[in-house]
Amino acid sequence: MENGLAAVGIGPFLSVGAILLVLGVFGIFLNRKNIIVMMMSIELILLSANLNLVAFSAAHGELSGQVFTLFSLTVAAAEAAIGLAIVTVYFRNRGSIQVEDVTLMKG
Amino acid sequence: MTVPFNWSLALPEIVLSVCGLLILVIGVFQRKNASGLLCTGLAVAAFVATAVLVLGAPSGVGYRGTFVSDDFARFAKLLALTGAALSVILSLDYNGRQKVDRFEFPVLILFSTVGTMLMASSENLMTLYVGLELQSLAIYILCAFARDEVTSSEAGLKYFVLGSLASGLLLYGISLVYGFAGTMEYGGLRAALSDNAPVPAGLVIGIVFVFVGLAFKLSAAPFHMWTPDVYQGAPTSVTAFMAGAPKVAAFALLLRIMAGPFGHLAPQWQMLVELVAICTMILGALAAIPQTNIKRLMAYSSIGHMGYAMIGVAVGTEAGVRGTLVYLATYLFMTVGVFACIMAMRRNGRPLDRISDLSGLSRTHPLLALTMGIFMFSMAGVPPFSGFFGKLMVFAAAVQSGLWTLAVIGVVTSMIGLYYYWRVVKVMYFDAPEPAFDRGARPVGAVAGAMGLVTALFLLVLGPVTGAAQAAAAVLFR
Repeated sequence: MENGLAAVGIGPFLSVGAILLVLGVFGIFLNRKNIIVMMMSIELILLSANLNLVAFSAAHGELSGQVFTLFSLTVAAAEAAIGLAIVTVYFRNRGSIQVEDVTLMKG
Repeated sequence: MTVPFNWSLALPEIVLSVCGLLILVIGVFQRKNASGLLCTGLAVAAFVATAVLVLGAPSGVGYRGTFVSDDFARFAKLLALTGAALSVILSLDYNGRQKVDRFEFPVLILFSTVGTMLMASSENLMTLYVGLELQSLAIYILCAFARDEVTSSEAGLKYFVLGSLASGLLLYGISLVYGFAGTMEYGGLRAALSDNAPVPAGLVIGIVFVFVGLAFKLSAAPFHMWTPDVYQGAPTSVTAFMAGAPKVAAFALLLRIMAGPFGHLAPQWQMLVELVAICTMILGALAAIPQTNIKRLMAYSSIGHMGYAMIGVAVGTEAGVRGTLVYLATYLFMTVGVFACIMAMRRNGRPLDRISDLSGLSRTHPLLALTMGIFMFSMAGVPPFSGFFGKLMVFAAAVQSGLWTLAVIGVVTSMIGLYYYWRVVKVMYFDAPEPAFDRGARPVGAVAGAMGLVTALFLLVLGPVTGAAQAAAAVLFR
């Protein structure tokens, strides 16, 4: 029986995870447009960690990584809900969700 | 697995969560204007009951090795519960006057406290992450709690984006640690890392990511950018909470993982922690000088305090951990007290937050000025007050371990700190008085006074606090 991980090794999985992480971090720091894009970037970071966890879990033949993924998916859903709620409140007060407008306090 | 399940170890957390759910239900069925007071009272009662349970909780590892109850966890939990209870008491009057007295407020603080307790008790990277997220998610909402104010929602938005980024980095670090060590349990990690085999680079990167994630939550430089904005924008009742209990919990977590599972890798991470501590102390001292807003000043002050407390982590010995714990205890009481004083700053129904609003406070409100002065001198580390002892213990621990640079930089930045704390005292005592503040509420005055007494007379309780911190620190090095 050939399972996927044994066929390709763990390297490609970790590479994809690292690429997703870098995309997510750059999405937050280089994106100067829209807050929704920032939230998508945060999801990318969380997904990259999940991918890592599942890959490692399969490589170790141990389940705790996959259990962790279930937890972190739940947390990510809660986080997205709270984030969207905050963005909605912000939009109501400010009338915009452009990143360059989030500068009321500075110093 | 032969580890017993031992669910009763988490009894305090279970009780507090169930109380939170009950208060939520009770709040829904109350009339709108009466719910705030009742729910706040119930939340305080829940905190007190939980603190009693924590005091009597047995020691041991439960939930198949994911949860631990020991002296260290108890110390951190009691601090967190005290901070949360005090800030809930403070919030009642402030939220009422700001028209944000919704009953969800104490419930959110309560759930956030459950998160901090889980963090302090974590014995597995999974517990760590879930506890941290429970705590953070509640605080994201609290920051944006004054939902008709643009500053509050902006603070919530900033904290949400940067906080989630930090959690994401932390999670990525955890995945690397898990992958390269093969386990998530602290005991297993410790065993896996203690043999002299070369440490895989991926593991070190993972530890760095975990540290960075926690440093974000602690607002240590260079990951502090969110702190001043969020402290200033969030309602003061929320700032009073988030400057206290969550910081204690994040430090408890940092101490536990750095001294425990990653303790054998100290040579690999010590330099990084030292650098972050130095940056944080210097930034906290210098960036505070030009501030004109008292909440921003307190934000930079708390950044500086995190730097001093981090010296104990960098030292990595029992004395260092003890110093950090005593420091956190003194910090918690000072911070709650300062924010109680800030909440009393209100004229014609509007909250004030400029330092110049304090002008001549000694003539209009002599007691308030005296209390604020005590906190300022204590934060600067002037001898008879509590802040001095915390600083003394971390510096002594650093010197004992030969980390002279840290101690010297700490003393120098304390001197710089004295300048900006003194400026607040000068404004209060020597400037021409402004019109008097509105009449303050009794609970706020009581909390400020009590914290002032604790800060001024800390010498009397220094023995017991140090003893408890010593017992807590010993657990980590067994």
